Amino acid sequence: MDLAAARTRLAAVPDPEIPAISLVELGIVRELRETGAGLEVVLTPTYSGCPATELIADDVRAALAEFGRVTVTMQRSPAWSTDWITPEGREKLQRYGIVPPQCSAEQAIRVVPKLRCPRCDGGRTEQLSRFGSTACKSTWRCIECGEPFEYFKPI
Amino acid sequence: MDAKLNYVLQLADTCLIHAQRLGEWCGHAPVLEEDLALSNMALDLLGQARALLTLAGALEGAGRDEDQLAFLREERDYRNIVLVELPNAAASPSDGSGGRDFALTTLRNAALSLWLELLYERLQASADTELAGIAAKSLKEVRYHRQHSSDWAVRLGDGTAESKARMQAALALLWPYFNELFAAAGVDGTGPAWRELEADWRARWATLMQEAGLSLPRDSAMQPQGHLGVHSEHLGHLLAPMQYLQRAYPGGAW
Repeated sequence: MDLAAARTRLAAVPDPEIPAISLVELGIVRELRETGAGLEVVLTPTYSGCPATELIADDVRAALAEFGRVTVTMQRSPAWSTDWITPEGREKLQRYGIVPPQCSAEQAIRVVPKLRCPRCDGGRTEQLSRFGSTACKSTWRCIECGEPFEYFKPI
Repeated sequence: MDAKLNYVLQLADTCLIHAQRLGEWCGHAPVLEEDLALSNMALDLLGQARALLTLAGALEGAGRDEDQLAFLREERDYRNIVLVELPNAAASPSDGSGGRDFALTTLRNAALSLWLELLYERLQASADTELAGIAAKSLKEVRYHRQHSSDWAVRLGDGTAESKARMQAALALLWPYFNELFAAAGVDGTGPAWRELEADWRARWATLMQEAGLSLPRDSAMQPQGHLGVHSEHLGHLLAPMQYLQRAYPGGAW
């Protein structure tokens, strides 16, 4: 089997909720390996209740179908962290209008960060809610351009 | 019942029923941002309950999965604390509130998320690697819940005369039920007895209430026993709509 080709194919599978970045860039792909029966992909879910988990497993199976039997294994430990989002992933989030995590997961909870607007680069922004359209994001607005935007919470 | 299975079910069911009550706000919260926040927290807790129920099913060894445990057990088999099954409002739904009181929900969520944070911190050291993994993951999530609900508790407690009165009333109503947060026994190698959380929880709760300008009621001797399967009249009314589909169409799956 051409494992390199499978790896390339897997790298192109987008996150279903934030299609601007791939699952690999999101840092949830732990492993891709060949087993006696075909391929095994090990994924780490982002949030316990993320409703996209099943969809992600389906997308991975569909993308790799031509390489044979695909088993998707969910591995909870060690817990996924936004520290695992790749530099390319962070850049793509920013361009997409979602500010990537501004600090490591460990420092995350205590302070509300100072964010720059991803649209107009304005420095006067405010947090509207610690939760957003998905559990992984909080809701913000830019006071300068008036546009709302989201922030990928460090976890 | 096996002590370890019982311990896991007490936590799993508490997460599941708390998630159901938070989920009742979906489409009804005072502002859109809170609608999203309450739904997101409910989803996190539901995810935690799913992982814990899956583990419970494995410990039980009878071939039951998370769905069968959630949808096919009777009221008395549930091990959640009574605090989480209480309705979202003390008053009846006919008073125009729709049966939902944001003050009560906020206060309960602040109490529960602080408790879960303290519990998960300790559970990370469980000798059961699956349980330790669930705890490490869940801890990250409930820290956000605790921060969010504490902020609201202060904002409402230290807010208008109306919001303060409603928070104080919610505290008076829920206060005796908090006793059960420290009731369940621990299991060696699996997790701490809940009473080990009590000193930390009470100290941090007192600080939060002080910041919110709310006064603590007098201690109550009430000992609710949901963790032993003895529930209030409210749990059955919660389980009926939650379980009816699986009972009407046994084995139905997505």
